[in-house]
Amino acid sequence: MVGHRLVSALRDRDAEGAWQVTVLGEENRRAYDRVALSSYVDGTSEEQLRLPDDDLRADPLVALHLGDAVTTIDRDARTVRTASGASFGYDALVLATGSTPFVPPVPGRDLPGCFVYRTLDDLDAITEAARAAVGRTAPGRRSAVVVGGGLLGLEAARAMRLLGLSPQVVEIAPRLMPVQVDDGGGALLRSLVEEQGLKVRTGVSVDGIRADADRLVARLSDGVELDADLVVFSAGIRAADTLARKNGLAVGERGGVLVDDRCRTADSHVWAIGECAALQGRTYGLVAPGYAMAEVVADRLLGGDARMTPEELDMSTRLKLLGVDVASFGDAHAAAEGALEIVVDDPVAGTYAKLVVSAPGGAGGAGTGADAPTLLGGVLVGDATRYGSLRPLVGSALPADPVTLISSGGAEPDAGALPDSAQICSCNAVTKGALCAAIDDGAHDVASLKACTRAGTTCGSCVPVLAKILTQQGVEVSTALCEHFAYSRAELFEIVAGAGITSFSSLVASHGTGLGCDVCKPVVASILATLGSIDGRGGHILDGEQAALQDTNDHFLANMQRNGTYSVVPRIAGGEVTPEGLIVIGEVARDFGLYTKITGGQRIDMFGARVEQLPAIWRRLVDAGFESGHAYGKSLRTVKSCVGTTWCRFGVQDAVGMAVELELRYRGLRSPHKIKSGVSGCARECAEARSKDFGVIATEDGWNLYVGGNGGFTPRHAELLVSGVDSATLIRTIDRFLMFYVRTAERLQRTAPWIEAMEGGLDHLHAVIVEDSLGIGADLDAAMAAHVDSYADEWRGVLDDPEKLSRFVSFVNAPDTPDPTISFVTERGQNIPASTPEPVLIGLPEVHR
Amino acid sequence: MTTTRPLENALTPGSRRAGVADDAALEPRRSPESRPAARVGTEVSGWLHVCPLQRLQPGRGVAALVGDTQVAIFRMEDDVLYAVGNVDPYTGAAVISRGIVGDRGGVPTVASPVHKQAFRLDDGRCLDDPAVSLGVYRTRVCGADLQIGLR
Repeated sequence: MVGHRLVSALRDRDAEGAWQVTVLGEENRRAYDRVALSSYVDGTSEEQLRLPDDDLRADPLVALHLGDAVTTIDRDARTVRTASGASFGYDALVLATGSTPFVPPVPGRDLPGCFVYRTLDDLDAITEAARAAVGRTAPGRRSAVVVGGGLLGLEAARAMRLLGLSPQVVEIAPRLMPVQVDDGGGALLRSLVEEQGLKVRTGVSVDGIRADADRLVARLSDGVELDADLVVFSAGIRAADTLARKNGLAVGERGGVLVDDRCRTADSHVWAIGECAALQGRTYGLVAPGYAMAEVVADRLLGGDARMTPEELDMSTRLKLLGVDVASFGDAHAAAEGALEIVVDDPVAGTYAKLVVSAPGGAGGAGTGADAPTLLGGVLVGDATRYGSLRPLVGSALPADPVTLISSGGAEPDAGALPDSAQICSCNAVTKGALCAAIDDGAHDVASLKACTRAGTTCGSCVPVLAKILTQQGVEVSTALCEHFAYSRAELFEIVAGAGITSFSSLVASHGTGLGCDVCKPVVASILATLGSIDGRGGHILDGEQAALQDTNDHFLANMQRNGTYSVVPRIAGGEVTPEGLIVIGEVARDFGLYTKITGGQRIDMFGARVEQLPAIWRRLVDAGFESGHAYGKSLRTVKSCVGTTWCRFGVQDAVGMAVELELRYRGLRSPHKIKSGVSGCARECAEARSKDFGVIATEDGWNLYVGGNGGFTPRHAELLVSGVDSATLIRTIDRFLMFYVRTAERLQRTAPWIEAMEGGLDHLHAVIVEDSLGIGADLDAAMAAHVDSYADEWRGVLDDPEKLSRFVSFVNAPDTPDPTISFVTERGQNIPASTPEPVLIGLPEVHR
Repeated sequence: MTTTRPLENALTPGSRRAGVADDAALEPRRSPESRPAARVGTEVSGWLHVCPLQRLQPGRGVAALVGDTQVAIFRMEDDVLYAVGNVDPYTGAAVISRGIVGDRGGVPTVASPVHKQAFRLDDGRCLDDPAVSLGVYRTRVCGADLQIGLR
């Protein structure tokens, strides 16, 4: 990875092509993401792990020679020779040989069944052995002993479990991940991974391994013997410095090719970077310092003067092991003099958090007030969501009380408060200042920020912070519907209408990407339904491919409730219902044991119908003259009314008659959100018409039309659009208003915010609808006329179609068996859902970084 | 990895990931219909006919009852099949089969119809909350039949 970074950094900057690069690799594979090595076991392919290198492979100045290890370096002649006998001359030689796994010198470590965990080849061998073990028909569970309980050891244990083996982790230190976490964090980590089925033994080492039939026995220092099918060594790494040693280059006391702060060895033509290098005597086993070294050497080769500053090297780690979040950053062990630790340990929630801060007025607090301690480091176990916002604060004054920063529900540091020098991406050493500069240069979303700064491309933990910085820099939120369409709903409507597109699959193929999702599919279904009626295709919303696009409620033409049952709402236009109709509803509800309730829209909702009961319920309702009430759809719900002149002493117009006419006219119209309406027979406004998307209030002279009202989360009063108009004018105005809304509003945008967002607001709307300022009036009229003509009851359409009916079953293989999770209790004489048992949260089988 | 999977569906690359052999041996023999569905990672000891593949609409799911296990089976637009637990872990409602399928960043997903959390269809994990997941089950197509693996 580090060698790959060097080549790509060099090629990025070497505009004149001064360097011809030859890459010599021992492994027979191109560079791959070793950080994500474990994901290979659960199916990530080598292709997916490969580091992006298409540019380099096509680059005439880069040559790759893989599967051929370098055996000797002739530093006088400046040539290297490989195992196959090939010889290459060099002006500069960069050693990026990485490291080899450390295998403790225990007897039996070379027996068949013993492995190391380092390369894809190792994983292939382990997988093969694990499959063979799992395939053996022997009593007892197949198991693996993992030697080493550090980061890599726990990854290996997870891989063993994925391969069907029961892993036992043996760690010589008294806790897991001794380098990254402290005793408190280690204890919680242990209990969390044990819950995931790992067995953990700490404070013991493996003394020896012996074969026993076709299995292995590992003897531990405390005398315990563990049976195992496999033994995997993941007890740390050692710099791969053999080549340097053999060729007279100095190595560090604890291994590694000695280099200075330019990453150069004593030989001015030989450099070393990454895990094989001992920078001022110390080796680094993380990718971030390796990348930093690669950048320094690339700079030096091109005549720059970059230097490594080891004291600034970030050793932060965040990872997810077996579903457990672990993060460690800065001075995690409070090694600095006078450092204080603040710990929030919550065994109930399964979280442990520690911040290391400078003593008030003490060391490390330079430039900060005596009252605000400086953050030095920290450890997070169980929940590491704060890592992204806390780590960049290392070296800065804490913005809030440290306890609240690590308590659940506590303060979250604001990305805006970070200094420009704060390192946001520690893997690639990207500061907030660099990100802001990239945003100024036009990187206006997370993807392009990642592409041009490399931030967030290695471990990904800083990605949420990238998004915050974008917002804080004033980058506007995209109007793209979702990841599959770069267009807003209104734009998609124009595209579908203009191009005559009639299916989601052709739309996503021509104007989108991927398979779609629960956001774009229903939007496109709605657009297709509206346009289908206009261009005369008509059709049922559950016809053909369209059926798969519908939201769950539309798919079953009923409203799903919390226990998976549905509620049934027949249309009762204007709230007017005959006694016979009421009796049918009562009988149906009684016979099917449904809970009944009067809705706010002047109709009756019947709750608790199982999916397989819906056709029988609707058979009876349709036979009695009822039709779908579209309570399930983003469409017209109800037109509420008062009794108007029909009965009321004060009424001035026929409110019920108008409400029924409007409801029947717009029923089934698919729209960006639900649409509600009301008609009041006089200014007393008993139908609450001004709280509706379109409300009509009778006057002595005719009708007043109000638009843009709603109840709900943000109540809004509708505003007057036209006043004193006759019935025909009223209806034409509403036709245009609704059709304009359906065409141009965004997803889930009700009429009030739609008008508010419109340039010119209500005045513009008036101009378009009443004065036809855009010349689209006739078009809108025709579209609504087509809708009215093509309307058909959706439930009758289902009852008449055996194929559609066949979807209304509980289980495809047991259509008459009711869902056993549904049960009811009686409350105030009616069925209500039995309180569901606490949701069962199923623990993760596995998670990788 | 996921887009090129053939209809003969092996949900993970490892075809044998046992580890419960001793448990299975202790259980009495039962009829296929009463045996629970085999999770991915467990040994498949038999296959249960669920329905003709024809019954699954591309881009939509169905619920199947396998022993006491409710399984949601999805047929993607490209005919790849996935089977996950049908019970929404957040609400306990058995409705996952009624969710909308699609993808997030190329990963095949189903959105719970209750509160819209997206679950990966290939390994059952919830993309909105990595601590939550659905079971993942083995399916295959045999002739015109959709079958599900039994434990």
